[in-house]
Amino acid sequence: MADVLPIRRRPSNPPEMQARAMDNLRFIRETMEAAGTFTAVSGWGQVVIGVTAVFAALIAARQPDPAAWVLVWAAEAILAGLVAVWFMYDKARSASLPLLSGSARKMLFSFTPVFVVGMVVTVAFMERGMTPLLPGLWMLLYGTGVVAAGAFSVRIVPVMGAAFIFVGCAALFLPATWSTGLMMAGFGGLHIVFGYLIARRHGG
Amino acid sequence: MAKHNAASSERARGDKTPRGLRTVKGKAGDESPLGLDRLIHERLRLGIVSALAVNDSLSFNDLKRLMNTTDGNLSVHARKLEEAHYVTCNKSFEGRVPRTSYALTPSGRRALERYLDHMEALIRATRDR
Repeated sequence: MADVLPIRRRPSNPPEMQARAMDNLRFIRETMEAAGTFTAVSGWGQVVIGVTAVFAALIAARQPDPAAWVLVWAAEAILAGLVAVWFMYDKARSASLPLLSGSARKMLFSFTPVFVVGMVVTVAFMERGMTPLLPGLWMLLYGTGVVAAGAFSVRIVPVMGAAFIFVGCAALFLPATWSTGLMMAGFGGLHIVFGYLIARRHGG
Repeated sequence: MAKHNAASSERARGDKTPRGLRTVKGKAGDESPLGLDRLIHERLRLGIVSALAVNDSLSFNDLKRLMNTTDGNLSVHARKLEEAHYVTCNKSFEGRVPRTSYALTPSGRRALERYLDHMEALIRATRDR
């Protein structure tokens, strides 16, 4: 006589049920983290950063020496960082999310090395009188950071990073007299355009 | 005696629901033998509800990318959630481009909370055994 096969599967035993329950909870958390990136980057924050960058480019262009020019952009970088954090905090709060959610933390970790490298290379380039190369270098580094951090975010964020890399490459090879226009187009224009798109499509 | 009889009949039915799970309050629309809400127990639907829980709303394309699924599959599962009033669907136009977005309803949020409670109770109950 052939073996009788049960029509219904027997209920899972406790260790199996526990493993499945933990797997389900892990799936929920990971999905929430991945979806949470929709609220991590503030589009309107990027627009404000773009506007301040346009003013910074105009102010920097009037500086008499390279050190003052770098100082203006350093101040702009600090201001942009504060604006970004404030807008991210505001967006996270309105969505009842913690500011440092998993994805936001990953973004922070992706950006930190880029900023550290940027600071070190800026000092080194200034000492060697290579400041005309800084606009291209900054945009390349910033673009790299945005692309890396954008891996945890919506697709438009790494696209913005790629646009910065493109403008950065152009800035490295175009005449130094174009630097104000390129900085304005890069840190100003790209932030405003992509920030607006992020705000429209991804909840603010 | 009655308690003993109830326990015997549970054993006879082969009811292996861990005791801790019976403390999870609330009623799910369509329950599995373990009392789980089948509607959101399915992976894709659970993913949709989880993603919407941390966003005011998400577009169809955002959900499709997040869930890494096809248009047809996402539509079918989103429709089931919509029919259960767990999500709402909003169709609009962005310029000339149609845009479909979804949002979690209070009932959907409660269902997810119940499901999370259930999973946690299941882990606690099986750990205590």
